[in-house]
Amino acid sequence: MKRVKHLVFWLVVIGVVLLLFSSHVIAEDDFHRQRYALVNIIKAEVRETREFLNQESLDKQVSDALEKVPRHEFVPDDERPYAYLNRPLSIGFGQTISQPYIVAIMTDLLKLKKTDRVLEVGTGSGYQAAILAELADSVYTIEIIEPLAIRAAANLKRAGYNAVHTRTGDGYYGWEEAAPFDGIVVTAVASHIPPPLIKQLKPGGRMVIPVGAQFMTQYLVLVTKDVDGKVTARQTLPVSFVPLTGKH
Amino acid sequence: MKPRLSLLAAVAIISASALAYEVLLMRLFSIIQWHHFAYMIISLALLGYGISGVILALNRERLVQLFPPLIITNMLLFSCSAPMCFLLAQHIPFNPAEMLWTPVQLLNLCGIYLILALPFFFAANVVGLSLYHYKNQVSSIYAADLSGAGIGSVGIILLLSMLFPEKILTALMLSGVIAALLVSIYAFHDSKRWAVLCVIIGLAAILVPSGSIALKISPYKSLNQLLQVPGTKIIDRYSSPLGLIDVVKSEITPLRHAPGLSLNAIAEPPEQLAVFTDADNMTAITRYNGKPETVGYLDQTTSALPFHLKQLSGILILGAGTGSDILQANYHAVNDIDAVELNPQIVDLVQRKYADFAGYLYSSAHVNIHIDEARGYLAATDKTYDLINIPLLDAFGSSAAGLYSMAENYLYTEQSIREYLRHVRPNGYLSITRWIKIPPRDEPKLLATVINALKDANVRQPGQRILMIRGWQTSTLIAKNGIISAEEISRLKQFCDERGFDPVYYPGISESEVNRFNVQQQPYLYQAAVALLSDRSQAFIDAYKFNIEAATDDKPYLFHFFKWRTLPEILSLLGTGGSFLLESGYLLLIAALIQAILASLLLIALPLWLWKSKLGIEPGSGNHLPMLVYFFCLGLGFLFIEIAFIQKFILILHHPLYAITVVLSTFLLTAGAGSYFSTRLSQSAEKSAFMLPMATIALLSIVYSLGFEYIAGFLLKTGSLSHYLFSIVLIAPLGFCMGMPFPMALAKISQTNPALIPWAWGINGCASVISAILATLIAMQFGFTVLIFLAVVLYGIAAWCFPKLTQA
Repeated sequence: MKRVKHLVFWLVVIGVVLLLFSSHVIAEDDFHRQRYALVNIIKAEVRETREFLNQESLDKQVSDALEKVPRHEFVPDDERPYAYLNRPLSIGFGQTISQPYIVAIMTDLLKLKKTDRVLEVGTGSGYQAAILAELADSVYTIEIIEPLAIRAAANLKRAGYNAVHTRTGDGYYGWEEAAPFDGIVVTAVASHIPPPLIKQLKPGGRMVIPVGAQFMTQYLVLVTKDVDGKVTARQTLPVSFVPLTGKH
Repeated sequence: MKPRLSLLAAVAIISASALAYEVLLMRLFSIIQWHHFAYMIISLALLGYGISGVILALNRERLVQLFPPLIITNMLLFSCSAPMCFLLAQHIPFNPAEMLWTPVQLLNLCGIYLILALPFFFAANVVGLSLYHYKNQVSSIYAADLSGAGIGSVGIILLLSMLFPEKILTALMLSGVIAALLVSIYAFHDSKRWAVLCVIIGLAAILVPSGSIALKISPYKSLNQLLQVPGTKIIDRYSSPLGLIDVVKSEITPLRHAPGLSLNAIAEPPEQLAVFTDADNMTAITRYNGKPETVGYLDQTTSALPFHLKQLSGILILGAGTGSDILQANYHAVNDIDAVELNPQIVDLVQRKYADFAGYLYSSAHVNIHIDEARGYLAATDKTYDLINIPLLDAFGSSAAGLYSMAENYLYTEQSIREYLRHVRPNGYLSITRWIKIPPRDEPKLLATVINALKDANVRQPGQRILMIRGWQTSTLIAKNGIISAEEISRLKQFCDERGFDPVYYPGISESEVNRFNVQQQPYLYQAAVALLSDRSQAFIDAYKFNIEAATDDKPYLFHFFKWRTLPEILSLLGTGGSFLLESGYLLLIAALIQAILASLLLIALPLWLWKSKLGIEPGSGNHLPMLVYFFCLGLGFLFIEIAFIQKFILILHHPLYAITVVLSTFLLTAGAGSYFSTRLSQSAEKSAFMLPMATIALLSIVYSLGFEYIAGFLLKTGSLSHYLFSIVLIAPLGFCMGMPFPMALAKISQTNPALIPWAWGINGCASVISAILATLIAMQFGFTVLIFLAVVLYGIAAWCFPKLTQA
């Protein structure tokens, strides 16, 4: 009798463990399915906006990265059910994690290669850094709000992005020791583009800045430095909207 | 039965407190959220009045029997609910920026709406119950109500000048207690228990720890965003009716406020202190040691262009703020600077409190600071300048999100531009800097306004007098008082080349020059400038997907860009993040109107349909419909005229705050007097006696409206005190007459069907809800003159209905 009880006990324990494990697997599988659907939505939106983005479709590497990075690992627990909706989410401290479509365009605009070195100013949740890490070997990211920086570093580690260099501090002067960079993403924009960041951009490098308030990106600025060091900016509208159509 | 003086005083105190609470809520929401909730608040205030009217109408007999305890209870409930409802409402996690993403935010908004309608409901009960209880003396009660509101409109401005907004909540709590105490001691017998209760609540209001009434500012406002940065702290806080000012110091990470800085800039701003108005609109006081080279970064913005066109000797800055444009002029060795700033507290910060930090900038011998409104200053001076500079006055975020769409702005209208140009010396410049928006909205609208102003000033070829450039963040438009020379064009090109800016327009520009450094999908601004300067300008304005029609004094809405035909396209883009194309302020106004109409239908039509006899409408009686129309038209017409004249008089009195206070309080106080006087007319058997005030309202409104330019022209030549005196003299007869129709009709009804008095009170409340919002929408679409004429029509309809009210 005792042995039967013992057996039943262990069967129950194993059952519970299997159940927990399978629910985790099911949840992961569900998240993966949602992520896949989200990437398809983003691809469709990029096609609709191709005229403004100057390209026909989203770069394959960028869409692969979006499909791979678990966005739900980078949002607060109460926002997890919405992690794969194409919208910005609050991450506390008055900050947001950008709309995935905007993350996709910003990443694509950088035109990164595997060997590139890229800097992100404003780590936020760490999601953008994780996407960058899928595309480039060297990713450096700075966050000024300490609790966010600590949380983002933990998120990155948990999601397996150990190679991302994180730092808590002021991003105005970039990351002098690691400069120059092939790409820079400034997600926490000040009243102007910091001159030191432009200086730390390699000739031929690209810098992307979203302009607008939290929850609302108005337009993207792509700053490029040509081989002669001449700096130009391109202002890109993330939606397909022309103020004037037809002949007038 | 005659109401005692103490009761009339208590009604006046409650009305004063309710109006003060309404204004206070607008201020509080401007601080914790954004100011475009003003209309929501107006409508929710009046919604409370509408609900009260219906409840009183349905239960009038039962309630009026309990008049003494009920009136005191409602006064005390108003007193307690005013602070508590606000504190509760600010704990609802409402984030307007998320509204388009998360529908649950709409529920949060509804929650705030209902909670804040409560205090107004209690205040309305006090007036409504009194009107019905003293039905033979309605004009006295209504006079007390209006006079109270008039006193409240002045009182709240005084309170806002003396106390922090959150402290005023306690003051209003006490005023409710005083009203209840007055009634319990002097108006009713056997009232010791009530008096004790009043004293307990009053003591609680005084003894409550001040920390328990604290403002919970949205984490998405720029003040709170900055305070997340380690080492930042608020070092000073000031409050006035013009705004709550916070000064923030950052001890670890330097603040670097330099909007519009060129991508080629190397120089950085020196140490700065951040200054926020209403927890937003950040500007900075820059440390200045008297050496212009330390502020060289200011030469790397588009607004520096005029200084490179020629050596300037006398300039005027309209909107000096914390002084960065004065520093820019200093950098360019300008020897005579006049600077106008509306907010004396901002001036005080730079001139006195942080004078050492700012290098005694505002006390420099060559700098003259004028605390005034821009047009008011110019109207009073004959001085002319080489340059009149209107810098960036609003923050990018609120400008881009369409929050200012329904805010009147007399700084950027055809008439104001003409006025500026009159003060520009021959070959001098008017320079206006704005944020870049994509797709462009305010820049083409400003261009259209400037071009129209030049045409009105008989300039045959405006295109020969305009220059415009843009960076990645700002654009600067220059109108010259003379023909642009080849030398100036050459200097402009050099200025742009060195800083990576693009020319937008100069006489003779070619398309190949306009989109090189800050590349846009199309050179939108250049296209707009060329089209607006050509003879196809109207076709361009019509075809443009946003409203870029020139702003005028009659339609002073530079930031209103909404076009209905573009809405479907924008809605289809919301999923992809196109919400920035929506004009949130305007749409909230529409939402508030829909809300108000639905609430009014619910409050007026539903009881009429379900409980006709309970409302006091006798079967077969047909006079309730003319009555509905009469009180509805009065509710609409009164506010139409009041709002239109507030706006018209801002042009004479200049200062928006003083204009609103003077006009509003004059209207309400004289309407109160009119109401009191109306008893005499009501007693007259002559029907013409009832028509007299209506006819006077129509006549005065039309005369003022048509002759306003002459009146304004005459008044502007007189002194500052005379402006106010003459304005009061002009408004008083109109207000006096406007106070009569409502109590005269109530007096009539009290003779034929007194049961309908509370219902009439409710109808008037509902119409006022709609009116406050509709007036703004009509003014935005058709202008203030049309609004006044509509009000006259409404008074005409009311006059037509009046004889039918008397048919029992």
